[in-house]
Amino acid sequence: MSTTTKDKPQAQEPVPRAITSVGDRVFAGLTLGASLLILAALASVFIFLFAKGLPGFNRAAEVYGPRADSFLGYVAPLLGGTVIAAIIALIIAVPLAWGIALVISHYAPKFIAVPVAYLVDLLAAVPSVVFGLWGVIVLAPKMVPAFDFLNSYFAWIPIFDGDVSNSGRTIITAGVVLAIMILPIITAITREVFSRTPRLNQEAALALGATRWEMMRLTVFPYGRSGMVSAAMLGLGRALGETMAVAMVLSLGGWSGNLLGPGNSSIAANIASKYKERSEDLLSVLIASGLVLFLLTFLVNFAARWIVGRAERKMAGA
Amino acid sequence: MSADLTKTPTETPDESSEETATGTSRGAIPITAAQLPRLAPLLVAVVGAAVAAFFWLILDWPPVGSLIVGGIVYLLALPAWSLAVEGRRRATDRMMTGLVWTSAVIAMVPLVSLIYTVISKGAGVVNSEFLTYSLFATQLDQPPGIYHAIMGTLIITLGAAIISIPIGVLAAIYLVEYGKRNRLARMVTFLVDVMTGIPSIVAGLFAFALFTLLFGAGFQGGIGGSVALSLLMIPIVVRATEEMLRLVPDDLREAAYALGTPKWRTITKVVLPTTIGGIITGVTLSIARVIGETAPLLLIAGLAAKTNTNPFDGAMTTLPVQIYSFNSRQETIDLAWGAALVLIVIVLALNLVARLIGKFYAPKTGN
Repeated sequence: MSTTTKDKPQAQEPVPRAITSVGDRVFAGLTLGASLLILAALASVFIFLFAKGLPGFNRAAEVYGPRADSFLGYVAPLLGGTVIAAIIALIIAVPLAWGIALVISHYAPKFIAVPVAYLVDLLAAVPSVVFGLWGVIVLAPKMVPAFDFLNSYFAWIPIFDGDVSNSGRTIITAGVVLAIMILPIITAITREVFSRTPRLNQEAALALGATRWEMMRLTVFPYGRSGMVSAAMLGLGRALGETMAVAMVLSLGGWSGNLLGPGNSSIAANIASKYKERSEDLLSVLIASGLVLFLLTFLVNFAARWIVGRAERKMAGA
Repeated sequence: MSADLTKTPTETPDESSEETATGTSRGAIPITAAQLPRLAPLLVAVVGAAVAAFFWLILDWPPVGSLIVGGIVYLLALPAWSLAVEGRRRATDRMMTGLVWTSAVIAMVPLVSLIYTVISKGAGVVNSEFLTYSLFATQLDQPPGIYHAIMGTLIITLGAAIISIPIGVLAAIYLVEYGKRNRLARMVTFLVDVMTGIPSIVAGLFAFALFTLLFGAGFQGGIGGSVALSLLMIPIVVRATEEMLRLVPDDLREAAYALGTPKWRTITKVVLPTTIGGIITGVTLSIARVIGETAPLLLIAGLAAKTNTNPFDGAMTTLPVQIYSFNSRQETIDLAWGAALVLIVIVLALNLVARLIGKFYAPKTGN
């Protein structure tokens, strides 16, 4: 009798633990490994681009082509084109996206809001190369009259002065295509924050006699401000890195100072159009320019996510 | 005196005075204000349409231009009328309502135009020969086709899925079940979010740098494309799976633990089956997202006219790259539209399948 009572506590403790720990340890290790692998992948993107791109920062002057003689001179006009195209896209897309988000979250009845939301998501599903095709063949010719108008009445603004592209393949056209492409992501995030506005705040505003627009300004916008900003920044990140639409719409050449002319290409488009010249020198320069683009988009996305995270923490604390 | 005060509302026009008469009068402040008739937006819309028709039919403007003029007339006339009758605040409200709806309509225009163009220009090109021949001519009069590009797209995307899905799902399990918001989990979550913004061309350059370092300068192959695509796909899979796992109620996990089930068997036998529909939806959407990627494959997978089914050797064409290549020459632009139609149909079919799965296997959240 006494021996069994002594045995019991000893047997109970280790047996179940021994069975579970092997499977558990393996499975936990697998999941941890997958997480670490993701971090390693991100780090190796930096490392490999750096390893292959480093020589590209300091090549002989003739590698940088006819227009420039150093890496800075080569990449700066392309960076200019990248940023200007992205800014044009943002100027067009952000107000539209906010409008659509309001329609979906507040203005439209459900039987309209659901299909509209679905259609905007559909826009995100269209491959970028198809957008590029549409931009070159359908949109670009239709933009020519607008460019002629801008050139004949606003030529006193330096960016509209100069030769007008008669094919319509300019940085403004590229910006419009980019705007359509970044519209879904900006809309999706903005819509999400708008619809999370506390109902009581909105009803209080309405009860005090605010019109619907005043209710938006008093409750919805202040509540969703950080979400609206970070959505725009995520859109900016997309627009900066988008390749094919810009590569197909624009001809080669960096920022020329004339929005209505050819050229004004971006870093990404430049890589896509030049990679075929498989000379080791030029490739390293292209990879180096890709590193510049990566750092730029990384910073923009980092800032955008940080703003979102801060807002979420603030709301969780409140 | 008091009789005078109660009478003041009657000075405002007809309909409002009727309402105050029926309601209780509360002194000097009118409870109601003048309003536009309910049909006012419709009336102004008719006027706008009339102006558009005038510009189009009488002045011979292009239809799009006349529509824009009509829209502007509507957007200005309704607030102006409202300003005259209802005052500034309601006029602003009406104008913003108009602008908000206009933005939604404007956003639909490119989508409709794009889908119309792709269908109208692509439908004539797509036929059984277009889908079953490659561009590699073995006979003199062989019609051009995109069979090689369809095969390449499927193989490379399958490769990307094989790499991304296990890593993405396991990492999401770590984040939700094991990490419990510790430092590493927070860092992974944050970096995965940042990773969703990596430009696709950078993913291509990474694969290019990796494979040319490992296998020599001239390397081209489908596997490089798969690696580049999985870099873009993993964050989407992680986010989708993570969201689904968080939906699984803790009651289920606790019930399994109470029966003595080890944690890893609880996850594989209880948590994952509960939410498998959502995970499949997320994975399908992520495939739909990367299947249309062009830039990374342009760099590393290359372009070949012949059908290549071995991802480890030689250039492998995908549909998007083939579209890009068709577009660069004037005489093959029609083929580009045909290939674009095929690609869009594949992407939309994937989206549809994902949504159907999501609908049928929606996880049951608690009570």
